[in-house]
Parts: sequence; structure tokens; C-alpha cells
Amino acid sequence: MELLDVGWAEVTSAVAHISAIVCPPYQSALSLMEQRVQNEHLAGHLPTRLKGLDEALCGGIPFGVLTELVGPAGIGKTQFCLKLSLLASLPSSYGGLDGHVIYIDVESKFSSRRLIEIGAKSFPEIFLTKGMAQKMSGRILVWRPASLSEFTERLQQIKVSLHRNEVKLLVIDSMAALVSGEYEQGIPRQHPLGWHVSFIKSLAEFSRIPIVVTNQVRSQSRDEACQFSFQVQRWKETKEDQARYGSHLVAALGVHWAHAVTIRLVLEAKSGQRFLKVSKSPISPPLAFPFDITASGMSLLSDDGIDLTGPDINAIRSQGHSDIINFTGESLQ
Amino acid sequence: MEVGRLPISASQRGKLISAGYTTLSSLSSLSPSDLALGAQTAWDMLHEDEMFPRITTSCLDLDNVLGGGINCKEVTEIGGVPGIGKTQLGIQLAVNVQIPVDYGGLGAKAIYIDTEGSFMVERVLQIAEACIEDMTECNGLLRKDFQAGQLKMHPNNILENIFYFRVCSYTEQIALTNYLDKFISEHKDVKVVIVDSVTFHFRQDFDDMALRTRLLSGIALKLMKLAKEHGLAVVLLNQVTTKYIEGSFQLTLALGDSWSHSCTNRVILYWNGNERYAYIDKSPSLRSASAPYSVTSKGIRNSASNCKRIRMM
Repeated sequence: MELLDVGWAEVTSAVAHISAIVCPPYQSALSLMEQRVQNEHLAGHLPTRLKGLDEALCGGIPFGVLTELVGPAGIGKTQFCLKLSLLASLPSSYGGLDGHVIYIDVESKFSSRRLIEIGAKSFPEIFLTKGMAQKMSGRILVWRPASLSEFTERLQQIKVSLHRNEVKLLVIDSMAALVSGEYEQGIPRQHPLGWHVSFIKSLAEFSRIPIVVTNQVRSQSRDEACQFSFQVQRWKETKEDQARYGSHLVAALGVHWAHAVTIRLVLEAKSGQRFLKVSKSPISPPLAFPFDITASGMSLLSDDGIDLTGPDINAIRSQGHSDIINFTGESLQ
Repeated sequence: MEVGRLPISASQRGKLISAGYTTLSSLSSLSPSDLALGAQTAWDMLHEDEMFPRITTSCLDLDNVLGGGINCKEVTEIGGVPGIGKTQLGIQLAVNVQIPVDYGGLGAKAIYIDTEGSFMVERVLQIAEACIEDMTECNGLLRKDFQAGQLKMHPNNILENIFYFRVCSYTEQIALTNYLDKFISEHKDVKVVIVDSVTFHFRQDFDDMALRTRLLSGIALKLMKLAKEHGLAVVLLNQVTTKYIEGSFQLTLALGDSWSHSCTNRVILYWNGNERYAYIDKSPSLRSASAPYSVTSKGIRNSASNCKRIRMM
């Protein structure tokens, strides 16, 4: 008011007018659903070809939101991402999205030989056709950022190319590695990726593509917060109670990141058997599927998931799985 | 007798005269509440409260600790760790506000403000279908002797009555809060506004914390005014953060201490063993209590371990 030398009434009406313009438009939930069903592949889902998981996720990895894969090293996160990249590049007649993929490979784990192997074993009829392997893998663009700032710059460019290149999937493998070089260990800093989280989510939203991000685990520090103040006063639970789940691993990047992702898939190893758990998902029940990594990628040992009530669905264990052997026969550890 | 001659203080005299009461006779027919110019007596407020129904959460235990359900005319903040069921509760309320008056609901519409993109239509459809199923079952059980018509609601009707706004920055969030008054004046049958979550855009890279506090309290005030004037419920979903209290790190709801004073009611959702619980952390009229609830394929329901009671609508 002082700056513009106008009265209170004018300011209020100006604010109201500006608010009405800046405010986003609304639509009914019904029109939202109809839009998705009519315009998008399977009402906005990328099928993973893992029957149990696809059923739990109402069709597959959803478009427009952030899906996180978190688990200990060597459990199969990159394998899952490779398979997804392949699935997104397949023609729609084979259940794919017929589009390009941007694969941001922070830890240099992308193996094109492994990609072709997965493709040849899972879809022999496509991959053994002359020239198809080249065409499919030609749609997957791999980029290795050297630092967080390079990644930040490139993200802006990606936003532009999302419209031009018909990109149908963005994979970031892994998010935690981008940050781990920059900050010291210990109690994790609050929101090291604050801006990036917002930006990536808005990317997903506007381009209506699935974005898959992998995350690492770290050990739970002794001072980890796990209770509210009223719980501490009333029940005096000790830290030893947390050990009953037999796990001292938590997802990296903190609770802020955990809130930001829409779907969290936990990959863990419990007594030598690997499990894929749908830990956080607005559309799925809390299910755990035992799985194995084979020549054709990840495969579920059972399509009926095990129902896990309770916070156990969030626990991450690393008990006794043999490390993934990479293509040249060396252990990845 | 002139008001000017009354043995009252000058400021009170000034107010009476500026309000137009210049003689004693003009005052004699008034009641105290008229003079109070907009303030209400506690008795009147009690009567008004009874007139405003509450929105059920579909979980009996939770409804009980909430005094019947989410209160219209007030702002309720609900916070919890990721995956505990905040969005689920938000969607359940957006569906339950539409339960027809005949079935004990409000028969109203909902506004869902999504700041995180966690509103998934597939889930809303599931919850809407389950709600209609429950009502049809109730219809069958209780209304055999009534000639009441069949429930003509279809899940698509429920989806139609949820107004969905997607907010992508804090400026949009503030603009929307300002615009809501006009929107609700045009859509008078909206009885619940759900913001999922109020925190998200205020946690990213806010350098000026004082500005953030000011903006947040501005939003809180506007929402409280909205709730009171239009008689609707405002539900704000919040995230958690860690705080160093009394020698250890503890979980607490995000957005800071001044925000924690802004909302009328505060409910915290947490894990207790293998069960989800809701705790009434702050409320002027409800006592602190916890209630178990569960998230099922049908939405928010009673906790399974309490199934011994007879299942009733």
C-alpha cells in the first residue's frame, strides 16, 4: 500500500484479482479419470510384466509420479531399471510405450550388454529380428553426470527435450549417489535435494511420464528419531525395541525425501531370499513378493504377494543374499 | 435520556454513538448479543455446534475420539510419517462428505487441493465404490419396511463432486487460498476442503524463515475464516520432521512451532506396534486420546483386531 499509494480497498481487490488469475484451474475427479483412461496407455501405467506387481499397482508403474526403488547394494535395483527402460522402448503391440528413455546413470552401472541380454531372453521374437535390437537400444539415452551441479543444469534441458523427443520414461540411478559426494556422513542433512525433488515431480506431472529413481540404504544411527514426543512420555520405548525387526538399515536421503516419493518399492534380502515390497503406495495394499534375478531380468517367484501389516513393510534387510554377478563374472561389491 | 449522560467510559460512549444509539430508549429493547456486534454468547455457539454435523471417517473408533467425526467450521491438521495413511484419510473424507443426508451424511461436495501429486484416481474410485456398497448394504439391512427408493448413486457421481486443484508452487498455494472464498461462494454445497499436503512447497529451499512463518500464518488465518464463514471443515495434511528435544531426536510435525499454534485441532497418525493409531494432540473440545484404525482396500476402516463388536453402520 505504501509503495503504490493506493487505498486498502484497491489493494484487496487487486490481490483478489491476481489470486484468481494465478490460481490453478480445477477439474472434477471424474474428468481427471476420463482423461487418463482415454488418452493414456492403460489409464496411465507402464506394465512391468511382473504380474503380481502390476496387479498391486493397478496396471504398472504410474505416470506422472515419482516411483522409488530402495535397497542394499547388489539387490537388483539397476536390473529392474534396465528392464523398465527396455519395456518403455518396445512398440505398443508388445505392451511397451513405444518411446524414448533417458537413463541418468550416476554410478556408471548401466551395462548395454546386459540390456541386450535381457531383451534377447525376454522378447526373443523382437530382438532376434534384424535391426530391432539396435532400434530399441537406440531409443535409450544414457547420460553420466559428474556432479550434482551438472545434474541440476541438465535437468532444465531435459525439461525441454521431454516434449521434442517423445521421451516416455526417465530413470535416475541413483539419487543418493548424487548427494553422497557432496555432504559429510552422519546425521543426514535436511533436504539436500529440496529444489530437485520439486522440479523432478513437476517434470513428471507435466509430461505425464513415469519417473523411476533408485536410492541407497544407510545404517540407522543411534540417535535416529522414530517416535513422537507423546510416545516417549507415555510408553518409554527403548531403542532396543527397534531391533526386533532385525534391521538397522534405513533408506538414504531422509524423511523429507520419503514424503516426496509417491511410490516406494523396497528390495530386501531376508534369510537369503530376496523380496520386493510395496512399501508406500496410495493405490496398493502392503504386499511382499519373493523374487530372483535371472538372465531375463527380475522375475517374481510368486504372484500372490504376502500381506504385511505393520511397519515391517518399511523395514530393509540385507541378510545373506549372494551379490549380483555382473556380465563379466565379477561380483559388483 | 441522552447516551452522553450515562455513567460509562468515554470509549464506550463513543462506540454507542457511532453505532447510532443516541438515546436510552433506543438501547432498552436490545439484548447483549446485539450490542456485541458479531460476537456470540457461548450458549448460542453450543446450539450452533449441534446443528453442524460432522464428517465420518468410516472408522468407528476414530470417529469416537473425534467426537463424532471431523468438525465442520474448524481447521483440523492431520500429520504423520510417510505411508501411514494421510492421503487415504483425505480421500476417505472427500468421499464421506458426499454421503446423502438420509444415510447420516452431509450430502455435500469436496475440494481436494493436491500439492504433492499423491491423489490417484484409481484409489478414489475404489473408495467410492466401497462407500456405495456399504450404503447399499445398510439399505438392505435397515430399510426393509421403508418404501425409500434404491440408492441411485454411482461411483462416477462421487468423483464428479470432488473439485481437484493441483498446486505446483507456494505462490499458487497462496493464490488458491485467496481465491477459495470466491469459489465457495459460487459452489455453496462444498463442505470440506482438504489440502494434501500443506507442507510440501514450504519445505523446499525457503531461505527466509520469517517470511515463511508469515505466509503460513496468513494462510492459516484465511482458512480459519473460510471454515467459520461457510461452515465447512478444513483438513490440512502435514508431514513430519525431526527435532532435538530433551536430549534425543524425536519426530514432530513439520513447519515449525508457530504453525503448531495455527490450527484448531491437531491429530497425529503413528505406528504403535503393528497397528496404525491416531492421537488427538491438540483440541479445544476433545480430550487427548488414541484410536486404532486400518487402511484396507475399501479405505479407512476399523482396526481388524477390534472386530468383535457387531458390525453396524
